[in-house]
Amino acid sequence: MNDVPVSAPRRPVELTIDGGTVRVPEGSTILDACRQEGIDTPTLCWAENLTPVNVCRVCVVEVENSRVLVPSCSRWVEDGMVVSTDSEKVRTSRRMVYELLASSVDLDRADAEVHAWMEHYGADPGRMGDRADIATVEQPPKLQDDLYVRDYERCILCYKCVEACGEDAQFTFAIATAGRGFDAHISTEFDVSLPDSACVYCGNCIGVCPTGALVFKTEHDMREEGTWDEDAQSVTTTVCTFCGVGCNLELHVQDERIVKVTSPADHSVTNGHLCIKGRFGWQHAQS
Amino acid sequence: MWAVDPRRSSSAKFADAWLGLNVGSDIALAHGVAREIIAADLVDREFVDRATTGYEQFAAYVDEWTLERTEEVTGVPARAIREMAHAYATAPMAQILWTLGITEHHTGVDNVLSLCNLSLLTGHVGRWGSGLCPLRGQNNVQGGGDMGALPNKLPGFQDVDDDEARAKFEAVWGTAIPAGNGWNLTEMFEAMGRDELKALWVIGENPADSEADVNHARRLLGKLDVMVVQDVFMTRTAEMADVVLPAALGWAESDGTVTNSERRVQRTRAAVPPPGQARQEIDIVADLAERMGATDWGRPTAEELWEELRTLSPMHTGMSWERIRAEGGIQWPCPEEGHPGSPFLHGRLWEDPVGGRPAPFSCIPWKPPIDELTDEFPLRLTTGRALDSYNTGVQTDKYNSPIRTGEALDLSAADATALGVVAGERVSVSSRRGTIEMTIAIDASLQVGLAFTTFHFPELADVNQLTCDAYDPKSGTAEFKAAAIRVDKLESLVDA
Repeated sequence: MNDVPVSAPRRPVELTIDGGTVRVPEGSTILDACRQEGIDTPTLCWAENLTPVNVCRVCVVEVENSRVLVPSCSRWVEDGMVVSTDSEKVRTSRRMVYELLASSVDLDRADAEVHAWMEHYGADPGRMGDRADIATVEQPPKLQDDLYVRDYERCILCYKCVEACGEDAQFTFAIATAGRGFDAHISTEFDVSLPDSACVYCGNCIGVCPTGALVFKTEHDMREEGTWDEDAQSVTTTVCTFCGVGCNLELHVQDERIVKVTSPADHSVTNGHLCIKGRFGWQHAQS
Repeated sequence: MWAVDPRRSSSAKFADAWLGLNVGSDIALAHGVAREIIAADLVDREFVDRATTGYEQFAAYVDEWTLERTEEVTGVPARAIREMAHAYATAPMAQILWTLGITEHHTGVDNVLSLCNLSLLTGHVGRWGSGLCPLRGQNNVQGGGDMGALPNKLPGFQDVDDDEARAKFEAVWGTAIPAGNGWNLTEMFEAMGRDELKALWVIGENPADSEADVNHARRLLGKLDVMVVQDVFMTRTAEMADVVLPAALGWAESDGTVTNSERRVQRTRAAVPPPGQARQEIDIVADLAERMGATDWGRPTAEELWEELRTLSPMHTGMSWERIRAEGGIQWPCPEEGHPGSPFLHGRLWEDPVGGRPAPFSCIPWKPPIDELTDEFPLRLTTGRALDSYNTGVQTDKYNSPIRTGEALDLSAADATALGVVAGERVSVSSRRGTIEMTIAIDASLQVGLAFTTFHFPELADVNQLTCDAYDPKSGTAEFKAAAIRVDKLESLVDA
């Protein structure tokens, strides 16, 4: 018998990206091809451990003979495709997306790369109007338990949390999008509080949130107190103690105390996903 | 995915189908499935003929387990048994995964062997995607066994009574290793009862809460001349100890390795310092050794101990400390550097000719649970865990889980109605071993006659006063999963 399952070999596909010839296996996305070639591409709603949701539009590229820009995260490569990742049209579109998001949403606590890309494209959310005068999603954070905080004025509706709660990891389906247009938002069923919902507190939604809308209660409290200091934090990878699955934990430690727990998305055991005990059951280490 | 469980657990709700068998009827169900696979001509005859022994005898043995008889004993409808048997036998790949619901019975080992029979009938073993897998309940159950924390094994599952294996370890360790097998946990308690075991060193275990028939266990622990407890918290067992050695947490305060359910050896690392006087467990053991006169141990690091281990345990030889780090874990056996590790075992059964001894079928009798249901004790109690909690709650009671429902005795609505009790009511719960007070909860998905509770809150409900300490003579594991109980309203006790 074979040691590993044999699948049909994947045919190479040849395409052109930014004038260079690129060969990748069929079934790759344009984003995969870009990364293989070292072409840095911004993403928000994409994550390596989730199915592409294809909603944020910051990864768009121009494909010759395509009427509109295409999302690189979810468009498969085709033979002879001619792709531009840095055309005027692409740069303008990416800048606009960041400007529209940042004008209505608080991106202060978004991943560092979000800010780097905004600077790269010269995004100026202020040109959409003064925040005091325009519609925003400003609202108080939801503090409903001792484990995590949902701060939806930081939510860009990337749907990653919905995917992680649903078919990409947890299959709990405690949250979904509700409302339409500008009123669209992430909600529990009938907007009940999280402890009253189907939520099992795996925190896999926190693990994938790119903007700090979903955070550990510890992080939220420390930020409110002004004591959260990522530069003073170390990250140590270890193995969860609570069962035999062997999930890897990244313990974020500040002043000799664990302040949050993440899991590496590229580890084969659970691809970055945890359960309530692994993500939140560490408090006995400092009791 | 097929879920076989007396309770309709969250996994059962998630599964394509749920077979809600009677507690303790696992062997009956396995035999019924086996007989159906044979009767429907779904046996992988080529595999059976090449790689197994005892098929004809086994086929005759299970012939009495017709679908009808199996339904009678297990409570599972014949049609569901038939469908599962056909689905398993005809799947290109299929795995059987289990946990303590199979092993915590007085027939625990036989339960496992009855599942092995199914994998042999169908060839669902020894190849990618097919096999048998006990899901471990702690991060290093597998690793503890691998490292020789068993009464009859040296590290790497080498037999203590194998002179050659012992000599190899003696040469490296510079000491004589006693030739006979030691006692398992159950045998140790029996030896305490006979006053043969008088001193106990407990490392990271809380038997004064976790043993079945725990009142009996506490009496035996109380009789010891001396008990030393090495733990991270002041558990109930530690409170009974003569000496407590505070230890660093394995997963967050210590460097080392653990081995998961798929035999993957992974590194743990110290992220925070241990509090107060708590010390690294390696240092505690080495210090004690020194006091006992072993002067040449030094204070080895986890890496040094690992590097010694892999010179002695062939299945770990290829796993250097650095390789485990770089590859994020390696599955044993990994006999030499450059070996990729082994995603599955028993591939030898598919070699031509079969490598080593063919795999035997096991003819095993079904036996009902020891703790009989009677008019006095008419309800079947089975214990288990909740998602957010862990064992006796020593670690998990330190965080505020929003989904924690607390101590409760779950009953079906029909049983609660018959008893005249309601959710939230305090009741008296008795077994042949003890009586405690508990709070009633109604679980609409429970079968009539079945009660369930977790054992996470021994301070609130000392559940193991109820559980049955009858055990499997082959494994020493107690029958936690099948106690007979009675529920009484508290008022009626007052009236009496």
